[in-house]
Amino acid sequence: MRIEDKFTDLKEKKEKALIAYVCAGDPSAEATKEIVHSLVKGGADIVELGLPFSDPVADGPTIEAASTRALSAGMNPDLYFEMAASIKENVPLVCMTYYNLIYKRGTEKFARDCAESGITGIIVPDLPAEEADELHEACKNNGVDLIFLITPVTTESRMKNNLDRTSGFVYIVSRLGVTGERVDVADSTKKILGNIHTDVPKAVGFGISNGQQAAEVIKAGADAVIVGSAFVNIIASGDNINNRLENLAFELKESCKQ
Amino acid sequence: MKKSMYGKFGGQFVPEVLMPALEELEEAYEHYKDDPEFRAELDYYMTEFAGRETPLYFARNLSKKYGIKIYLKREDLVHGGAHKLNNTLGQALLAKYMKKERIIAETGAGQHGTATAMAAANMGFKSEVYMGAKDVIRQHMNVYRMELMGCKVHAVESGSKTLKDAINEALRDWVTNVENTHYLIGSVVGPHPYPMIVRDFQSVIGKEVKEQIMEKEGRYPDSIVACAGGGSNAMGIFHPFIENKEVKLFPVEAGGKEMKTTDKEALHSSSLCVGEEGILQGAHTLILQDKYGQILESSSVSAGLDYSGVGPELAHLAEIGRIKPCNVNDDEALEAFYELSRLEGIIPALESSHAVAYVMKMAKTGELGDLVVISLSGRGDKDLETVFRLKEEEAKEEKEGCM
Repeated sequence: MRIEDKFTDLKEKKEKALIAYVCAGDPSAEATKEIVHSLVKGGADIVELGLPFSDPVADGPTIEAASTRALSAGMNPDLYFEMAASIKENVPLVCMTYYNLIYKRGTEKFARDCAESGITGIIVPDLPAEEADELHEACKNNGVDLIFLITPVTTESRMKNNLDRTSGFVYIVSRLGVTGERVDVADSTKKILGNIHTDVPKAVGFGISNGQQAAEVIKAGADAVIVGSAFVNIIASGDNINNRLENLAFELKESCKQ
Repeated sequence: MKKSMYGKFGGQFVPEVLMPALEELEEAYEHYKDDPEFRAELDYYMTEFAGRETPLYFARNLSKKYGIKIYLKREDLVHGGAHKLNNTLGQALLAKYMKKERIIAETGAGQHGTATAMAAANMGFKSEVYMGAKDVIRQHMNVYRMELMGCKVHAVESGSKTLKDAINEALRDWVTNVENTHYLIGSVVGPHPYPMIVRDFQSVIGKEVKEQIMEKEGRYPDSIVACAGGGSNAMGIFHPFIENKEVKLFPVEAGGKEMKTTDKEALHSSSLCVGEEGILQGAHTLILQDKYGQILESSSVSAGLDYSGVGPELAHLAEIGRIKPCNVNDDEALEAFYELSRLEGIIPALESSHAVAYVMKMAKTGELGDLVVISLSGRGDKDLETVFRLKEEEAKEEKEGCM
């Protein structure tokens, strides 16, 4: 399923989107399939499947630890695409990974592998628009969305460039820092949402972990909330994870319906 | 070619949140690098605080034993004991002109961290340094030095607990505090403009060598040999000679225990010699990686060379054949450590020992010519414990072998 179609559906239902991130292969490839199922059952509209990298500089300790667990459990790009292809949930899957894994596989092959395994979007946190020509072209050739990021310190000229290039949605980093749960949703979220003018859906991530925060972000004008570390923490705990993931997804999704 | 590239290497592969900071840094650098006030202030620090210029010392005994003329560029005599201060003074001054309040850095052997702490203390910055937990143990005297100068040292427990992981952690700090913080990168690595800025500040080494060797020998050397982890002292001494094609340039990498690469770790740090193209910590360069692009953990007896990547400009110079990458292993480096100490009364850093070892190994082959300059990038005081521990282990093994 394409990301664009998902947002069109949701618009008709007057709902906003819940985008859930988990790291593929944490704790195992088999478990990830069940985890995705639970998230979708709870209400996730789009699932970001992290492809773990050894040096994830944009991620905080929670997701770094998840990546380490996944790599130790044997996750690799070949296995990743195999597993993605076996997921039959009716939601768009988005790949989040670092550029070296894409570069090493070859940009064209990577984009083709995404398309063939049912992954419809790619997010690369260490690939700014300036360096993205090759991957952008490969994504276009294969009908895969390449999703760019906007942050509280993105300058006006960069903002325009990133918005022009992004498709599917634009990933708004709500605050400075790495991924991870936060107590409050920063005022900068409201400010940054006020400054972005685009027809592409606006998805806000970094620091959102509960329904109340999600509701605040939606109220501030977001079309989607992205939640990662809160789900990853549940997985890390190893305790009754599928029920708890479903419940948290449900709580967050409820906030996206108001 | 984009201005951020060296051939196909270089670039700016960083999180979006850092792009404005890189733009700001590049702008500031372009603005101040030839500004007379900035230059005068930097010259003052270099002369009065760092102790430049450093001597180009004729190593009489070493030369006699190995049959060629060997000069040592004495960066070990820079305040703090290594060439690192050339760059930290430059960048700290730049940060001052940019009105930043806080400086962060990463360090491997602790020399860059120490140099950062020195520059920061002297210019009135708050400083924090990230260091792999393994290196904190290997180099604890440097940790104490940094703390004495008011710097907060963070031991990084993730990954291989070495330089690569310290850089990741420093990048994370910068991502969080980018508005008031300057990330003082210590080598010619990372995203543009860092490789260029660090190279320029370190080029003082090569510029002095050019004048000094002319004065002493009336000609340029046949070869220049420098150790290369990230490659800052190598680029610093090589750069002014790039156009002088008759001068051969040898970056010596750490061959570690053996030149074997397993799935999870490389037993060496020779990314210029055997690394593959990839993207690591902001730059397209040569790196140690597996078939999927996961970064391999490097290995070396010397913490300062223990890095899975190398500066992009060195990768470019190697590709076009202007430099000749080579390596020596841990044992050869240790032998050179002893040899220089005994023959010249100079205890070299284990990093610099790699360069000395290569000259010892190659002197008789004719490969280096008759007149060689070695960049003695730092002094070995910081490594005494490492060497002492190795000796103890060796003695223990020998004893067990006899039983």
